[in-house]
Amino acid sequence: MRRPGIRIPLGSPLQLLLLISSFALTGYAGVRLLEGDWFEVVLWFVGAAVLHDLVLVPLYGAADRALLRGFEAAGTRRWVSYVRVPAALSLLLLLVWFPLITGRVADRYAAGTGLSADGFPARWLLITAVLFGGSAVWVVLSRWRAGGGGKG
Amino acid sequence: MVRDGYSGSASAYGRPMPRSSPFSPSFWRSPLRGPWLTSWLGVVLLGGITVLFVTGLVSYAAYNPNLSPVNDQTPDKGILGFYLFPWPTDPHWLYRLNQGVHVTLGITLIPVLLAKLWSVVPRLFTLPPARSLAHALERISLLLLVGGALFEFVTGVLNVQLDYIFPGSFYTLHFYGAWVFFAAFVAHVALKLPMTLRNLRQLREERSGLVPADPAEPTVSRRGALWFVGGGSLLLFVTTVGQNFDGALRRTALLAPHGGAEPGSGPGGFQINKTAAYAGIRESETSAEAWRLVVEGRDGRRVRLSRADLLDLPLRSAALPIACVEGWSTSDQWWRGVRLRDLAALVGYAEDPPDVFVESLQRRGAFRRSALRANQVADSRSLLALFVNGEDLTPDHGYPARVIVPAAPGVLNTKWVARLTFGDL
Repeated sequence: MRRPGIRIPLGSPLQLLLLISSFALTGYAGVRLLEGDWFEVVLWFVGAAVLHDLVLVPLYGAADRALLRGFEAAGTRRWVSYVRVPAALSLLLLLVWFPLITGRVADRYAAGTGLSADGFPARWLLITAVLFGGSAVWVVLSRWRAGGGGKG
Repeated sequence: MVRDGYSGSASAYGRPMPRSSPFSPSFWRSPLRGPWLTSWLGVVLLGGITVLFVTGLVSYAAYNPNLSPVNDQTPDKGILGFYLFPWPTDPHWLYRLNQGVHVTLGITLIPVLLAKLWSVVPRLFTLPPARSLAHALERISLLLLVGGALFEFVTGVLNVQLDYIFPGSFYTLHFYGAWVFFAAFVAHVALKLPMTLRNLRQLREERSGLVPADPAEPTVSRRGALWFVGGGSLLLFVTTVGQNFDGALRRTALLAPHGGAEPGSGPGGFQINKTAAYAGIRESETSAEAWRLVVEGRDGRRVRLSRADLLDLPLRSAALPIACVEGWSTSDQWWRGVRLRDLAALVGYAEDPPDVFVESLQRRGAFRRSALRANQVADSRSLLALFVNGEDLTPDHGYPARVIVPAAPGVLNTKWVARLTFGDL
């Protein structure tokens, strides 16, 4: 028997109970999280999700497609990963350590720890060089092995 | 091993969508997406984040926040401190291990987190936005899950690099943020774990919204993608973990804040959290003429001691590490100084040493005043150190005198100590 009019479907009662109890904990910790500068904290919390899903993901997705199109145009599609992997790993290191690599905290870092921040960009570039260099060696080796396999 | 294309519905809920819209199932074309990849990444994060949460809670307990307000950066914690316990002094590497695991594992999991979020991003664009009340609540919970995970990782990564741009105190944000995240995490695991385990047990793909309707030609297998994520984690791990060891191993931590070279050479050349200059310590305050240690008891008994007076007291040695909340540590250093319990005895606590309130000369820093619990004072390895590795303390390591306590977080090993007040807190 259906009643007339619009009804909002509730969904699984178990799921509802679980989510409501989860929100109770969220609320308890949330009011404490927002006790200071609540607007900025909300901005950081929601902004992190929005920035990641709507800016970072499309950005690296587009970069990867552009890279792939470049390789396809050159007729070397199967080699794309030899550039993609070292590039992504290098950018990952930059993403994690950008305050030290870019030197934006260099003064506080040096004053606080007694260490020099000068080496970080050079070390990052060095790792990047090794990643791409290793990839190049891998290309040569797999070509050589493919060639050798053909002769044998 | 590349899986073939799948046939799927190219319309969202009966309404055809242009391919250019992210709400269209044919917009998301990567052949890597699917329950297999998401489930693998999910179980890795389930284990990893559980360890991060537990080590985070343990790290908070290590500060003995219930002992004194000066130890507690989150005094409004209420029931969130339900599990707190008096922090032990054994094993003496306990905090070093806990914090090394917390920070190193957190950094290592970054690629897994990014890959997991990438693998489920099409779910953000589902129509209708909610099928039921439960579904609507689940989507709100997912915003807290994703926002919370990123918030915790970002604040942690920035804090270890001393980049204090987040809106408030790190301790407050990271602690309450962790609980907000954890609430959503538990709900997510409870809702998704049965399906995840089913996906991993079955070799065939279940039909899922994650499988692209119109997959692009693959350039890498799913297994290859998982290796790639693991490679990213391995790279971060090997360039970070070394900051918990000395010598050649520390040099392998190429990009970690306390990797690379030691700040100096000789007995006092090991890692420094904050230098004397940074803490605002002036040489005129620490000279033999100027510096006096005030030791007080709660009943008003008080002694003033110069460094020479301290040297006349029985000196003891202890081999203990420095371990920082930022996830770096040193091996055991050889400290020499006066036992805290012997200083307590000077002001009337010959038996059963009580808690102690420690004040430093330093002008900056949240822990320029801190408290140690009676069990920490009673440990015979807990010293007011005057020497390290056979030489006078260096200014940066706390000359003229510093506290060193087994298993305590670095900031509770107060440097440039000016006053010790014994008595139960």
